[in-house]
Amino acid sequence: MSDHKLTHRPHIAWWNDPFYRGLVYQLVLLCVLLVLVYEAASNASQNMRARGIPTDFGFWFKTSGFDINLTLIDYGAASSTYGRAFWVGLLNTLLVAGISIPIATLIGFFIGIARLSANWLMARLAGVYVESLRNIPLLLQLLFWYNAVLKPLPNPRDSLVMPGVQITQPDLSTTIIASLMVLAGGLLLRRSRAMQGTGTLLGNVFGSVLIGLAILFWLFGGALLGLANVGLLHLSGSMGVFLNNRGLILPEINLVGGALELSIASLIGLGAAFVYRAIARERQRQTGKQQAVALIMLAIIIGVPLITFGFLDSHVTIAYAELRGFNFAGGVRVSPEFAALIFGLSTYTASFIAEVVRGGILAVPQGQNEASAALGLRRGLALKLVIIPQAMRVIIPPLTNQYLNLIKNSSLAVFVGFPDLVQVFAGTVLNQTGAAVQVISITMAVYLVVSLFTSLIMDLYNRRMALVDR
Amino acid sequence: MSQSDPKLNINSSVRQNVFVRQESIAARQPPIPTRGVLAWINDNLFATPLSGFVTLACIALVALVVPDLIRYLFIDAIWSAEDGVPCRVEGTGACWAFVERKLSFFVYGSYPREMVWRVNLTLLMGALLVGWLLIPRLPAKRLASVLFFIAYPVAGYWLAYGFEGVLPKVSTNLWGGVFVSLLVALVGIVMSLPIGIVLALGRRSHMPIVKFVSIVLIEFVRGVPLITVLFMANTMLPLFVPQELTPDRLLRPLIGVSIFTGAYTAETIRAGLQAMPKGQFEGAMSLGLSYWQMMRLIILPQALTMVIPGIVNSFISLFKDTTLVAVVGIFDFLRAIEVARLDPVWAGPSLSTTGYVFAALFYWVFCYSMSRYSQNLEARLAVGRRR
Repeated sequence: MSDHKLTHRPHIAWWNDPFYRGLVYQLVLLCVLLVLVYEAASNASQNMRARGIPTDFGFWFKTSGFDINLTLIDYGAASSTYGRAFWVGLLNTLLVAGISIPIATLIGFFIGIARLSANWLMARLAGVYVESLRNIPLLLQLLFWYNAVLKPLPNPRDSLVMPGVQITQPDLSTTIIASLMVLAGGLLLRRSRAMQGTGTLLGNVFGSVLIGLAILFWLFGGALLGLANVGLLHLSGSMGVFLNNRGLILPEINLVGGALELSIASLIGLGAAFVYRAIARERQRQTGKQQAVALIMLAIIIGVPLITFGFLDSHVTIAYAELRGFNFAGGVRVSPEFAALIFGLSTYTASFIAEVVRGGILAVPQGQNEASAALGLRRGLALKLVIIPQAMRVIIPPLTNQYLNLIKNSSLAVFVGFPDLVQVFAGTVLNQTGAAVQVISITMAVYLVVSLFTSLIMDLYNRRMALVDR
Repeated sequence: MSQSDPKLNINSSVRQNVFVRQESIAARQPPIPTRGVLAWINDNLFATPLSGFVTLACIALVALVVPDLIRYLFIDAIWSAEDGVPCRVEGTGACWAFVERKLSFFVYGSYPREMVWRVNLTLLMGALLVGWLLIPRLPAKRLASVLFFIAYPVAGYWLAYGFEGVLPKVSTNLWGGVFVSLLVALVGIVMSLPIGIVLALGRRSHMPIVKFVSIVLIEFVRGVPLITVLFMANTMLPLFVPQELTPDRLLRPLIGVSIFTGAYTAETIRAGLQAMPKGQFEGAMSLGLSYWQMMRLIILPQALTMVIPGIVNSFISLFKDTTLVAVVGIFDFLRAIEVARLDPVWAGPSLSTTGYVFAALFYWVFCYSMSRYSQNLEARLAVGRRR
């Protein structure tokens, strides 16, 4: 259109000129909007004054006078303001999102990959998971977990008790038996690898039983080895873990002294591990020999703080919960509201993330699969090194949307009584102050900011991923 | 090539070590069958030891869950009872008798029982019209959409709410159950399309103010949870209008849901508009059509057809989201279950699970069939565009 200019504009009346027409339309729209806003504002101030509703933000500094049962910052009904209650609610919302997002991502990736598995049964089960969870309203799922699963648990007196192991001292014979079990597990796994070579159905069935046995041996042997060596658990019959209708009660583990030294040591360990990784990668690049990275990194990350702990004059105290009267005292409690919310949000969002992941993997050209198979990569390695990195570019934008949905859906906390931003602020504070316009505007603004902020971060990450493209 | 003839050297060394096999090779295992049940099991369940282990683990999981589930839902379930006493017996499963007795409450809420035919008729009309619109083989879609989007809301309103002198009025306070859930969903879908079309066109407009207003509205609504929109509709909306115009208790969440779904539908429709080839716009303009003629006759019919799967998907999430209207005191299906399961006549340990399983089944059947429909349609639409 702009290739050739008309030497003279054809004469048209100004009311037929698209430019002036657009101008008029927009002016009319602007006027209508302004009138609407003005009408709404004047009605609101009139109605609010008539009903005695505050029209300013003065309530922010008034004492709240209500209790909140989960607070990450100092808060007291008598001493704290509505403003403080807002921050408590906001932090709880962020806590829920911060815990649910990683869990949902893990489950989602696992299910999404499982749905494309060559194993028919696993693919079907993953499909059942996705199709059943994403077609049932989240609210219904939350209510189910809360009212039908967690609430009917026995009361504190009849709590479900997780059985403990009775080991008083680091115990030589247990250690030897446990070590043998772990060793046997390793041998069984080796044997199962050999069975793969036979390439027969019977060999594979036998091999799979061997893997199952190996995993059992490792689980039991490893747990026994850990317990026998730590020798911390000298409890009679219980590990201080109780499950009842007040929630999950765990022992409280506290560090006495040396917190600063230990955190510095952890940081040093973390740094050293990454330095080691860089060195190992460089060596692999030069010599072509693969280095054992993951295990050594793990050893450095755990080992450095552990050795430091041995030299420090500090110790760990474990406070076990005790039944006093009708409830437990001491220990840490995970409330059923919190558990239901985290569990429901994570599993529900995971079903959507699984579909996103599946779509992303399917978007990678089939040739990439075949090429990695031709290079001799096993399915797991092919996924990790070839398929997923390329699929991530397709996955990230819709994944961001799912994270945002999760954050917005965390507002359903109000239905199970978890004190998130909506329950505390748009619920209790709104009811007590009546300042509807202010409270709801602030709540919406918070979600908007969180949404925009998350989009921004994921956008930056996405850009970094996209740059790898050649 | 320093040596005189390396090729000859190699040949002579090979000749010295030449080996000819004397005995025949041992017979190999017969190849793995490639057809039949065993081959299928080998390929799909026990391809490798690891895959086989996964199969065993999955079988263990199924064996752990499914028999108990069947026992709870069918074998140990109470199928008929006068009240909750048989259901409270230790070891009984789901209490289907409760669902049977409360079914009319679940469907109609507190709507007067002698007038539920009005609700039935309204829902039936809706179902027929939706079926007419969604089944591609049926003709006269234009007539169907006029009926559904214009005539049906009016007729449905008169039927369900009442009409001066003909049908007695039934206050919306009495409305409830599945009826209200479907009502919210239907109003949402009917209202969201025009809102969505206008916002989508606005967002693609060349007029900066129109574009800006559309973007702000769409992104604002999409950035906040539905609950806050419902709160806003419930508490702020009555403040914004003169007191004599205060909207009905049921109307407020309907407005909120419509705007909310409208913003999402706008983005779906915008995708369709963007996917339209430029030639369609240019062709329409070269025919001398005005903007609205071009949109109405050329662009929207094609763009909307293209995004029907997307619209159905947003309708699925709308249908699931209708459960949230309970937060502003609307008596939808889930809320009816919440109330009924606490009824002292029936209350018992298995009641919550029974109610939720029933509700889950209802929502699942609806949403799953809609998602299958949308997938089918997508495949059907893709046929025409495949090259």
